[in-house]
Amino acid sequence: MTDPSATRTTALDATHRALGATMTDFAGWDMPLRYGSEREEHLAVRSAAGLFDLSHMGEITLTGPQAAQLLDFALVGNLSKLAVGRARYTMLCDEDGGILDDLIVYRLDDQEYLVVANAANAQTVLDALRERQDGFGAEVRDDREGYALIAVQGPAAAGILKQLTAFDVDGLRYYAGERDMVADKPALIARTGYTGEDGFELFVAPEDAVAVWEALTAAGEDAGLVPCGLSCRDTLRLEAGMPLYGHELSTSLTPFDAGLGRIVKFEKATNEGRFVGRDALAAAARKAEDAPPRKLVGLVAEGRRVPRAGYPVVASDGSVVGEVTSGAPSPTLGKPIAMAYVDAAVAAPGTEGVAVDIRGSHEPYEVVALPFYKRG
Amino acid sequence: MSNPEQLRFSKEHEWLSHAEDGVATVGITEHAANALGDVVFVQLPEVGEDVTAGETCGELESTKSVSDLYSPASGEVTEVNQDVVDDPALVNSAPLEGGWLFKVKVSELPDDLLTADEYATFASGA
Repeated sequence: MTDPSATRTTALDATHRALGATMTDFAGWDMPLRYGSEREEHLAVRSAAGLFDLSHMGEITLTGPQAAQLLDFALVGNLSKLAVGRARYTMLCDEDGGILDDLIVYRLDDQEYLVVANAANAQTVLDALRERQDGFGAEVRDDREGYALIAVQGPAAAGILKQLTAFDVDGLRYYAGERDMVADKPALIARTGYTGEDGFELFVAPEDAVAVWEALTAAGEDAGLVPCGLSCRDTLRLEAGMPLYGHELSTSLTPFDAGLGRIVKFEKATNEGRFVGRDALAAAARKAEDAPPRKLVGLVAEGRRVPRAGYPVVASDGSVVGEVTSGAPSPTLGKPIAMAYVDAAVAAPGTEGVAVDIRGSHEPYEVVALPFYKRG
Repeated sequence: MSNPEQLRFSKEHEWLSHAEDGVATVGITEHAANALGDVVFVQLPEVGEDVTAGETCGELESTKSVSDLYSPASGEVTEVNQDVVDDPALVNSAPLEGGWLFKVKVSELPDDLLTADEYATFASGA
């Protein structure tokens, strides 16, 4: 038995239970997996809108005159160049270049940043930022208890949000976030998400979460907004070709291995260009150029059996040429899809003879470029 | 087969209809269907195949996982539900009716099948 007190619940826990959600443990949090059919939730986000509780995500606030310099040193991105009100996808790496977490960083003010970490890695990120803060005039604050996070995602999201705020929703760019009011509650309104659709993430005080959730539910009723669990969040991000830590990303991979080398900025304006992992990442960048490691590709099934993380990818002679990192039936494509790291020799889209070993049966798969789905 | 009171249940969450002419219908329970989530692929035994109580005879794929299908009785498979092969969502929408999986000419019934009440208690984890 696991200690029940070890499982954390969000401010919306009673709301989920009242909605009849199937709950699941996710990184120590009791989270909604789905409310009804995860396929219908997925399709609602693609065609209308979905409402998500993402309060398990880990928020860390950095403030101070050298908060920007600290982030340039601690992360792989160029966060001192981030404009106030904008957001960036970046990573925290160790000295060896291995990925400790992938992050979204919002610059809330000249001397204030919000770092959003994966639930499972939030403590690692907090510890790393604190270890790396020596000598910088910056405060690192654990804000995990300070926020509930509600996402409204899908083509109808902007229209729904507009009913609840005087804020210029249309004027907010993708990967931007600003503080304003939603349903008369203070909120950081961010145009970010993990679904491949237009959408918003609303950081609110936990005590305001139920009111904001209920206001969104009411405002979205006519547009077809439905509550959505983590199950469809996973298939949405998979279709959108977005990596998930613990699947496509891990400490044994560098951003270059994951095909995300472009987020590593070697030319930084601060700290004379020094940052944690720089040397290892420079070597990884050269290796990616000269002798590319396995590449992350998409696989689309010809049959109906679903590949799962860890299944081997095999060539026509049966030799193992890669490994599936995520796989699921794609509600949008109507067939199973997967992301996999495969040898460069079979990584080109259209490569013949690639199969996934699904419990001993070699099922044919087509190699495709990511993403599987791009919004029109 | 719509009256669960007349069904028998296995601890692997299959149901089995009363076999008056020796042929029983097999499906998975509503509890199991809910736990699986949307079923997207079913692999069933073949007609004429001998299945053994408590042993795997197929599989069910859902969004999150793949689960083995266990036969709740021993015997020869006489029919499989082609509708559920074509539309696996029937397992979720009507697990006790249109989502039945296969029929088996029962040669032997295990003695540890549960009644509806016993299964409800078992499935609730009590």
